[in-house]
Amino acid sequence: MINKEPVITVKNMVKKFGTFVANDNLNFEVYKGEIFGFIGANGAGKTTAIRILCGLSTPTSGEMNVAGYDIYHQTEKIKKNIGYMSQKFSLYEDLTIAENIRFFGGVYGMKITERKARTEEMLERLDLMAFKNRKIGDLPLGWKQKLAFSIAILHNPKIVFLDEPTGGVDPITRRQFWNLIYEAVQKGITVFVTTHYMDEAEYCDRVSIMSEGQIVALDTPENLKKQYNAINMDEVFLKIAR
Amino acid sequence: MIEVQNIRKQYGDVVALENVSLSIQRGELFGLIGPDGAGKTSLMRILMSLLLPTGGTAAMNNLDVVKDYKKVRLITGYMPGRFSLYPDLTVEENLKFFATVFGTTIEENYHLIKDIYQQIEPFKTRRAGQLSGGMKQKLALSCALIHKPEILILDEPTTGVDAVSRKEFWEMLKRLKNIGITILVSTPYMDEATLCDRIALIQEGKIMSVATPVEMMHSFPEDLWTVSSRKIYNTSKILEIIPSLISVNSFGQVLHLVTAKGQHTTGSIREFLTKNGEHDITVESDKATIEDVFILLMQKHNQTV
Repeated sequence: MINKEPVITVKNMVKKFGTFVANDNLNFEVYKGEIFGFIGANGAGKTTAIRILCGLSTPTSGEMNVAGYDIYHQTEKIKKNIGYMSQKFSLYEDLTIAENIRFFGGVYGMKITERKARTEEMLERLDLMAFKNRKIGDLPLGWKQKLAFSIAILHNPKIVFLDEPTGGVDPITRRQFWNLIYEAVQKGITVFVTTHYMDEAEYCDRVSIMSEGQIVALDTPENLKKQYNAINMDEVFLKIAR
Repeated sequence: MIEVQNIRKQYGDVVALENVSLSIQRGELFGLIGPDGAGKTSLMRILMSLLLPTGGTAAMNNLDVVKDYKKVRLITGYMPGRFSLYPDLTVEENLKFFATVFGTTIEENYHLIKDIYQQIEPFKTRRAGQLSGGMKQKLALSCALIHKPEILILDEPTTGVDAVSRKEFWEMLKRLKNIGITILVSTPYMDEATLCDRIALIQEGKIMSVATPVEMMHSFPEDLWTVSSRKIYNTSKILEIIPSLISVNSFGQVLHLVTAKGQHTTGSIREFLTKNGEHDITVESDKATIEDVFILLMQKHNQTV
């Protein structure tokens, strides 16, 4: 499934805030079409790294390439080729479903005909056609998150970054959400995801574990479990982070 | 002791709580388990006298949360879901502030918070707004405890907190329970349910079930099977059409298949999968987790709506 063609390359990534080192010499590659899990304790440096990869923050040093573009000089191109969603910010609460789609389609410079076709397909898939004129604020969290993800990949980006997309979501919706992720992967989209649910770490092709600004482990869930002699990823994480 | 009787809360047309009744014993560690929007925060805010119920009554150690609200506040400690300390005050100033408001001092009740506060004491001159997530959480708990409450109400204290810090936090709660404090805690993490004495599963404003975690797992009314294969996504698609299916869900690297009681054996499931082209599979009969129970109750609830 994975052809090891890198879509993200990170070499010696360092990010300092004053004397505080948030990212301490990170090195990794993310391959095209994989689900790459990025886990770690609060404050380990995950969000800082994601912000850099999305072109929202400049690293202190290092070489990084995202979707074929350089992180220092081509951030606008990067932004056009990625999608992003997080638990905290996803969609505009005061706009309807249809208005949000129009807004994000516009931001990503989609053609109207393309946007309309993709919108139709997406609302059909989510069973939300009847609700397209509802305000986002009136929707249950689970719907919002599924919708936010679908909108994040509406413009068919090369990579989608998901920052704790399933926090607080009920167990059924959480699994439906992961089905959407698998469908996106089958369309060739690469998924970069952070989570605190260790069962979700098992759904990733490879998982990197961060601690105090460094990547302390990076492998498939299966190999990590073998290496740390653990029955599941929860145990792997506890052994590494404690 | 917390007594909740037929509590109802409506915001306009939206029913946040529908006739909720609960009885929590003195010294119990009681968990309210449910996703965002289930009504957990509304119930907690009503118990803390911060919100008036639309109907029903509730009492905390026999004090009515509406009539005796001032007394209720003296005997309860509350940690809201959102960080609500003063970001511009230092760690120590925040703690001192809460102690003073309740007419006590840090010294007087230091023994209660010692284990927790010691971990953040090296940073006591740092502003609270500048603390990391884990440290904020420890400070908030210290502030909720400094007046020696009889009842502690914690609204999703571990949401967004990493797995290691979550384990540490639950160890702290165990110690507080052991010194006799009644604790009501909410969480969206199903795996934390097993750490409570008793739990209530809540969804869309209704309590679906109340029991000890063990009772709840044992009372699972259907058959549950753990299925593993090379490609579980494909396997789960095939299992969606197995006769007597109730649900099939991924749990980490395996699938949990739920079928109607007595309709299948490991052999019949394996046969079904082989017939549909799946090889290299293992099927084992298994016990339900709290998450399985929650999923089943949610499914039944959705079917009746």
